[in-house]
Amino acid sequence: MAEQSELQYTAEHEWVLVDGATATVGITAYAADKLGDVVFVELPAVGSDVASGTVVGEIESTKSVGELFAPITGTVTETNDAVVDSPELVNGDPFGAGWLIKVSFAELPPLLSYAEYSALIGE
Amino acid sequence: MSQPFTQRHIGTDADAQSRMLAILGYESIDALVNAAVPESIQVDQFRTVGDSTLPPAATEREAIAELRELAGRNTVKRSMIGLGYYDTVTPAVIKRNVFENPSWYTAYTPYQPEISQGRLEALINFQTMVADLTGLSTANASMLDEATAVVEGMLLTRRASKSKSTRFLVDVDALPQTKALLANRAAALGIDLVEVDLASTAADATAELGEYFGLFVQYPGASGRVWNPAGVIAAAQAQGALAVVAADLLALTLITSPGELGADVAVGTSQRFGVPMGFGGPHAGYMAVRKGLERQLPGRLVGVSVDAAGHPAYRLSLQVREQHIRRDKATSNICTAQVLLAVMAGMYAVYHGPEGLKTIARQVHERAGQLVVALLAAGVDVVTATFFDTVRVSVPGRAAEVVRAAAVSGINLHLVDADTIGIAVDETTTLADLALVVGAFGGRDAFGLVDFSMVEAGLPPELHRTSEFLTHPVFNTHRSETSMMRYLKRLADYDYALDRGMIPLGSCTMKLNAATEMEAVSWPEFGGLHPFAPRADVEGYLELIRQLETWLTDVTGYDSVSLQPNAGSQGELAGLLAIRGFHLSTGDTQRTVCLIPSSAHGTNAASAVLAGMKVVVVACDELGNVDLADLRAKISEHAESLAALMITYPSTHGVYEHEVGAICRAVHDAGGQVYVDGANLNALLGFARYGDFGGDVSHLNLHKTFCIPHGGGGPGVGPVAAKAHLAPFLPGHPMAQGDEHYLLGAGDAPALAGGVGGTVVHTGGPVSAAPYGSPSILPISWAYVRMMGAEGLHEATGAAVLAANYVAKRLEAHYPVLYAGDNGLVAHECILDLRPLTETTGVSVDDVAKRLVDYGFHAPTMSFPVSGTLMIEPTESEDLAEIDRFVEAMIAIKAEADAVAAGRWPADDNPLCNAPHTAQSVIEGEWTHAYDRETAVYPVRSLIRGKYWPPVRRIDNAYGDRNLVCACPPPEAFES
Repeated sequence: MAEQSELQYTAEHEWVLVDGATATVGITAYAADKLGDVVFVELPAVGSDVASGTVVGEIESTKSVGELFAPITGTVTETNDAVVDSPELVNGDPFGAGWLIKVSFAELPPLLSYAEYSALIGE
Repeated sequence: MSQPFTQRHIGTDADAQSRMLAILGYESIDALVNAAVPESIQVDQFRTVGDSTLPPAATEREAIAELRELAGRNTVKRSMIGLGYYDTVTPAVIKRNVFENPSWYTAYTPYQPEISQGRLEALINFQTMVADLTGLSTANASMLDEATAVVEGMLLTRRASKSKSTRFLVDVDALPQTKALLANRAAALGIDLVEVDLASTAADATAELGEYFGLFVQYPGASGRVWNPAGVIAAAQAQGALAVVAADLLALTLITSPGELGADVAVGTSQRFGVPMGFGGPHAGYMAVRKGLERQLPGRLVGVSVDAAGHPAYRLSLQVREQHIRRDKATSNICTAQVLLAVMAGMYAVYHGPEGLKTIARQVHERAGQLVVALLAAGVDVVTATFFDTVRVSVPGRAAEVVRAAAVSGINLHLVDADTIGIAVDETTTLADLALVVGAFGGRDAFGLVDFSMVEAGLPPELHRTSEFLTHPVFNTHRSETSMMRYLKRLADYDYALDRGMIPLGSCTMKLNAATEMEAVSWPEFGGLHPFAPRADVEGYLELIRQLETWLTDVTGYDSVSLQPNAGSQGELAGLLAIRGFHLSTGDTQRTVCLIPSSAHGTNAASAVLAGMKVVVVACDELGNVDLADLRAKISEHAESLAALMITYPSTHGVYEHEVGAICRAVHDAGGQVYVDGANLNALLGFARYGDFGGDVSHLNLHKTFCIPHGGGGPGVGPVAAKAHLAPFLPGHPMAQGDEHYLLGAGDAPALAGGVGGTVVHTGGPVSAAPYGSPSILPISWAYVRMMGAEGLHEATGAAVLAANYVAKRLEAHYPVLYAGDNGLVAHECILDLRPLTETTGVSVDDVAKRLVDYGFHAPTMSFPVSGTLMIEPTESEDLAEIDRFVEAMIAIKAEADAVAAGRWPADDNPLCNAPHTAQSVIEGEWTHAYDRETAVYPVRSLIRGKYWPPVRRIDNAYGDRNLVCACPPPEAFES
C-alpha cells in the first residue's frame, strides 16, 4: 500500500499510482465513505481499451451507485478479482487491497496532487 | 340517519381541528390552505365554486346500493376464452384471511423490513414458487401483468445481450395483447419487432432470420399448442441473443420448465393461482431469470440477510437497480409489484402443495382431453394436436354463429376469426359445461356415448416434466385449513399495517381504506369477468368506468381520463407517450427532450427514457424549488427539441411552489408540453386543479389519493388524465369493449369533441395487458368519490394539510423543517432535517426510524427526497390522539439522542443504535446494556398493554446484497 501523499488523484475521487507505463487505479477513502457499504463492483474486461474521462465500471453500495471513470487513456492490463468477490475491500482498504484496475498508458494526463485533492474534499 | 362518510374518513373532528388551528394561528382550515396555496392557481380563479359535476355525497349504504345496481348490470358467464385469463377457485381461507384482511391489504411496500417480515416471507414463497416452476434460479417479487412482463423481458434481453442488433423476434403464436404491448413499447425505443412462426422454423433455419438481440416464445402458445422451443432457444443463444419464454404456471407442473429448455428469462402471470379474473386485474405477473442475470431484473426482489443478532431476516435486495436511485439509468421505470396478489398466488401453492397443483393441472388437462374427444365425436375439426388446456377448432364461416350460440348457453368462447374458435378449460370447468360447448357447435350431447377412458393425453411425451418443484417444507406443511389459517395469522402478526397504527410515510398517502370502499371488490359480478368478455356482459363495469373517468376529469381540470395504466409508473409512461404521439402528429419529430427538476422522483426520468425521450435535469434552488433561471436557460438551449417538462405538484419537497404558473408558461411558450406528476394530489383536491394552472397531462395515483389500499406493495392504479389536444393519444387497446371515452371537450378542441360531455377515442397503443387495467379495484375509488362528494374531498385536503402543518409546527423546535412555501407553510407533508442531529449526536436517520418501531410506529419516509431526512405525511385520516402520540414519540427520541450527545449513553450502546428491540433481545441472557430493559421496549407506559413486537432486530443490508439468496431458506436456519 502506497502512501496517500505519493498518489495522484482525480476530481472523480479516484487515486492513481503510476509505476512506469502502468497505472493502478482505485477510489479514495473519501469516496468509499460517501458511497457506504459497497456490495458490487463491475470492472472493465482485461484487454479493453479505455479513454480518459469515460465510464468504465460501476461501484454499487446498498444505497447508491458510483461510476468508475478511466483517469487515463490506455489498455486495461489487470483487474482486481478479489474486490469483485469481496466488494467490502473497497470500504476496508480503499488504497490497498481495494484497488480496482491497472491500465497501461502512453501519456499521463494532468492529475491532482495529494495537496490539491485534500483541498478539494476540504481536508 | 347515519353519520356522513366524510366524518368517518377524516380523523380529526371540528374540536380537534380548532385546537390544531390555534397552534398554527389560523382561523379556519380554508384560511390556512389559502395561505399555503398560491392564489394564482386556486380553483376559484378558474371556475365558480359549486360548479362541480360530482354528485352530492352518498351515505355508505347508498353507495353500496348503487354499486349493487352497477354489479347487476354485469353478466358473469362461464369464461372459456383463455388468452392468459382463467377462472380459478380462490381458497376461502385465503380470501378471508388475506384478500379481505386489512393486516395484508393496508400494509405498505416493505421498505422497513424489520416490521414487514410476514409479507416478505409470503413474497419469498412466491419467488420460490416461480423459480421452481420455471426452472430458473431467481424470480422477482412479481410484475404488473403478463404483457408488461414480456415487455420488461424484451428490455432485459436488450440490456444483457452483446448483440448490437435492434431486432427482437416474436413468435406468431403469442397472446394478442402481448403483441400489441410489444409493438407500442418497441416503437418508442427504436426496437424492430419481427414476427416469426418459430414453431415451424427448424432450428437450423433460424440462422436465416438474421441478427437479433432476443426472441420471445409463448409456452403453451396462445392457440393452446404445446411445442418444444429448445431448438430455437439454443439457436438464439448461439448467435448472442437471449430467449424470453412466457409460460403458464399451471401447465409447468406437467411440462418441462423453460429453464430446462434453456430459456434465459421466463415471464407470465400467476392469476390462475387463486386470483379472480376481475375483468383484467389486478393480478401478479412474474419474471424469473437464469443465474447471472439477477442484477438485470426489474422491480422488487426479496432476499435473505441477517439481523443484528445473526438471525435470518428478509429484506428487499439490490435496490440500487431501481429507478429511485438510478433514475434514467434504471433497469425499468417500475416502482411497485402486485404484492397482495403475489401473496395470494404464493399461498395458493402453499395450500395445495406440489401434489395438489399437479392434481389440479391433470384434471384441467384431462377435461381438455374430454372436450377434444367430445368435439371429434360431434364431427368438429380440432386443429390443435398437442395441448394443455386450450384448443382451436375450425368451423369455416360459422365461428361467430357458434360463439353466439355458446353465449346463449352461458359460455364465452374466443372468436379467433371467421373460421376459428379458441376454447380454454380451467379448474372450474365441469362436464356439463363441455356438453353445452358441444351443443353450441350443433353436435348432440355425446357424453353418454363417448368413452373417456380412450382419452389420450395431449402433451408431447418429450415434454413431460420429470424434475421436482416446491420441495421446500412451506409447500408441504399447511394442508389443513386450521394450519393454513394459523400460518396466515402468524405472518400477518409479524407486520405493521394501518390496522395497528399510523404509517406517516411522506409521498405515500397512507390514508384510510374504508371497509365500505372494499366491499364490492369481493363480489363475483366484479371478480368473475374475463377482460375480453363481450360488451353486453360488462355494461355495469363500463358505466362505473365512465362515471369515474368523468369525476376524475372534474377534480383535476382535464378533459379525458384513461384508467388503463395499472401503476403510477405506467401512467407516467402513458402520459409521456401521449406527448410523443402529439408531437409526431404535428410533425415535430425532433421534440424529444424531457426536462426534469433535480428534486423529481427517479421514476420520472426512468419513464421518460422508456418513452424515447432524452432527460435534461433542471436545477433546484436552496429552497427546493425549480430554479427558474436554470429552467429558462435549459429551455432556450433545447428550444427546438423540447418535448416536455415533468413537474410534481406540490413538489416532492412537500411545498406549493409559488412559481408553478410561470414555469408552465415558459414551457408552453417554447412549444413544450407540461406533465404534472400527480403523486401529491392529496394536497390539492378541491383547492386547485392541474389542468387549470398549466398541466397538459398527469397521472394520478388511485392508491394514494383515492383510497385503493397499498396491498403491501401493490396493486396500484395510475390513470392518466389529459387535455383535449392530447386525449386522442391516450392508451387504447385492440380488444377493448368500447373505445369511446368521456371528453369534457369545452374549450380548445371543439373539432374533437363537439361540446361538453362529448366522447373521444383513445388511439394510443396499450400500456396494460387488459383494456381497463385493473378494473376490479376501481369500485374502491368510485365509492370514495361517491361518498365524499366535492365538499368532502375539499375537507379531506384541508384536514391533510392541517395535519402536516401541525406536525411541522410541533416538531420544529426539535427538528428543523427543511422546506416551506408561502407564509412558512408546508403542503400535505413535511421534511425534518436530521443531518444537524446526526452531526452533533452521531444518531442517524436509520436510528430514529428503527427506534420509532420500539415506540409502536412505522417510520416516515427515509432519505427521500433528501438524504439524511425524514418525510412525514400524516394524511387526513389520522385523529389528533394518534398524531400527538407520534409527535410525542419523536420528541422523546430527540431527548434520547441528546442523552447520547451528552454522554449519558455511549455512542455505540444506546436505545437508538440498538433499535428495534425484539422480545428475545430483552429476555434472553444477561442484560449488559447502558440503558435498562424498560427503556428498550416500554419507552412509553401505554405500550405495556398493547405493543407491536418486531420479529427481528436491525437487518444488515450489505450482507444481503453481497450474499444474494432470493428463495426460501431451510427451516434449520431459523433454529436459535
